[in-house]
Amino acid sequence: MAEIVLEHITKRFPDGSLAVNDFNLDIADGEFVILVGPSGCGKSTTLNMIAGLEDITSGELLIGGQVVNTKSPKDRDIAMVFQSYALYPHMTVRENMGFALKLAKTPQATITQKVDEAARVLDLTQLLDRRPANLSGGQRQRVAMGRAIVRDPAAFLMDEPLSNLDAKLRVQTRTEVSRLQRRLGTTMVYVTHDQVEALTLGDRVAVMRTGVLQQAASPKELYERPVNLFVAGFIGSPAMNFMAGTLEEGVLRTSLGEFRLSDRLRREVESSGTGREVIVGLRPENFEDVALVSPDNRPHGITFHATIDVLESLGSDVFVYFTRELGHGVNSAELEELARDSGRTDSGEGGETIVARLDAATRIAEGQDAELWVDSRAMHIFDPATGRNLSLAGDDDGGAATAQTASGADAVQPDAVQPETVDPNATATDIRAVPGQAGQAGQGGEAT
Amino acid sequence: MAAITPRQRTGWATANFVVIALALIPVLWLVSLSFKTPTAVLDPSFIPAQWTWGNYSGILTSSQFIRPLANSIGIGIISTVIAVVLASMAAYAVARLRFPGKGLLIGMSLLIAMFPLIALVTPLFTIERALGLFNTWPGLIIPYVTFGLPLGIYTLSAFFREIPWELEKAAKVDGASPFQAFVKVIAPLAAPGMVTTGILVFLACWNDFLLAISFTSTISARTAPAAMQYFSGGSVFTIPTGPIAAAAVVITIPIVIFVLFFQRRIVAGLTSGAVKG
Repeated sequence: MAEIVLEHITKRFPDGSLAVNDFNLDIADGEFVILVGPSGCGKSTTLNMIAGLEDITSGELLIGGQVVNTKSPKDRDIAMVFQSYALYPHMTVRENMGFALKLAKTPQATITQKVDEAARVLDLTQLLDRRPANLSGGQRQRVAMGRAIVRDPAAFLMDEPLSNLDAKLRVQTRTEVSRLQRRLGTTMVYVTHDQVEALTLGDRVAVMRTGVLQQAASPKELYERPVNLFVAGFIGSPAMNFMAGTLEEGVLRTSLGEFRLSDRLRREVESSGTGREVIVGLRPENFEDVALVSPDNRPHGITFHATIDVLESLGSDVFVYFTRELGHGVNSAELEELARDSGRTDSGEGGETIVARLDAATRIAEGQDAELWVDSRAMHIFDPATGRNLSLAGDDDGGAATAQTASGADAVQPDAVQPETVDPNATATDIRAVPGQAGQAGQGGEAT
Repeated sequence: MAAITPRQRTGWATANFVVIALALIPVLWLVSLSFKTPTAVLDPSFIPAQWTWGNYSGILTSSQFIRPLANSIGIGIISTVIAVVLASMAAYAVARLRFPGKGLLIGMSLLIAMFPLIALVTPLFTIERALGLFNTWPGLIIPYVTFGLPLGIYTLSAFFREIPWELEKAAKVDGASPFQAFVKVIAPLAAPGMVTTGILVFLACWNDFLLAISFTSTISARTAPAAMQYFSGGSVFTIPTGPIAAAAVVITIPIVIFVLFFQRRIVAGLTSGAVKG
């Protein structure tokens, strides 16, 4: 068991592309950390650097207090589970799981005992004499996990271990991974591009974009207090709705209507020195059918009318989609990247589709003109130039922060601010530096 | 695809028959010759009037053939083993690593493969004489390995490219040194490729006549194909057609066995199940 410390880790590929740029993260002993980001963001490269499969261009990597930059993978005492599982096809399950121990010249009796133990935990006992070719996808995945836990390593590294499973099995295995990690109490670094996986599994989630760490925080913190536009758009499903807004005299004009900013928020946004044009972010669950909002809550938000294009009922919730004029347009490299990653394109009719999650009790129907309410307390305001979340600006100075709204009994109570949380100012600088390199870093990331 | 019409079927059958007949008739003629008595070799009938094992017993008791046959087997196997081991390492590097001069290395090996052998015989002869390699086993093994390597590197690098790189990463994380990863994980998976390459290299050595006739002077290193031309007939005026035919049949048999035995191994891939298919 060991903590893993990444200090100013940078990876530049021989062709000059920058895959990971000045990555800093302290992973505590026994912590479950997720690296998440769209494809090509450098998360796999980072994991490979921790494993020792990629050289570190600059910076220091410490495992258990020791600098391991130049150590080969076998001297780092780490186990890794690969996306493709990478089981050795010419060996049986037993040989696969015992391979590392055999290389370490462990006595045969110990190997057998450890493999049997791991097989029991993972329910693989019946399969020990089979070859990988004769296993199902889920079984192969378990063998790959087994190969890692047999070693009893200082840390587990997992590179999208669930992405080859079908949806149902993935959810099942996700729970198993989580249980396994708690049981073993071993430090685990887990790479995924699936934000649901990231939020459900991790003690802490590190969001990456084009080789730069955006924010590392608890899932709740990431969700409620994203430091920038990218994190806000990446975390959450369905994604946060973004729309253009104009600030004027403490009033925020958007295509939904006019929001009156609280004094604190107004001060923060104005003191940040940004212009009057901002990007407003509202999560789908911040919307509600007006009829279902209690009169006490109504003043905390605004109401507006919208024609519902599509309505999806999930039983527990109802998703409604409607379109709004873009106004002067929301242009941001980060949003474009998010859209590309999710394969989502703009509605193409000069408007922006907005998703709202309503209570199942709503009586709104498709095609109907509905009156909706949106909670302005949960609103995020972003600087379009840097992507920085302006509604958090004051928190970092004060330390003892409240949520972005000063009023309201059910205002979001933030977790204790993690010391590891990236300083938004620094991040913003990095983001400004990135767009020029985005293409290159993307290529570099693909190579992993 | 449209169904094959009867006319097409007949056409293809005829074409196939012609090709197979053209390839097989000389071989069968050779077999027939090898069973004919020395006086009957000019008899044009396909089936010998009088069957004899005389040609076979003659060559298989003569040191003029047995020794070269042993040379052929020995030189062939040693050259093949060396060529496959070196080629697999080189092919692995070509398939997996980026290093300066990689393009040059591939170009050079291609050049060697393309170069007309006959042009190299004279200089190689002089070199071998000077180094004292003339008429020795190494004198043939070294050029055989040299000319077998390009072929081996090409075939094997294709096989190595097929092996998922993650397997090697997994081996490294499991604590294997690069050499261990190669020997315990990559090489076993490339085994079908190595066998294929081995067969090709062995065939090239086994069938070689040009180098064997040029770099040997006695039966101490002469290989079977070269030795056949030194056979003598029953008298000065008899052409040793029968013994030559018998020897040709004898040296063809190992090839047939080889191919039949390893055919399945060549075709079957071992990598299935390595990753999710």
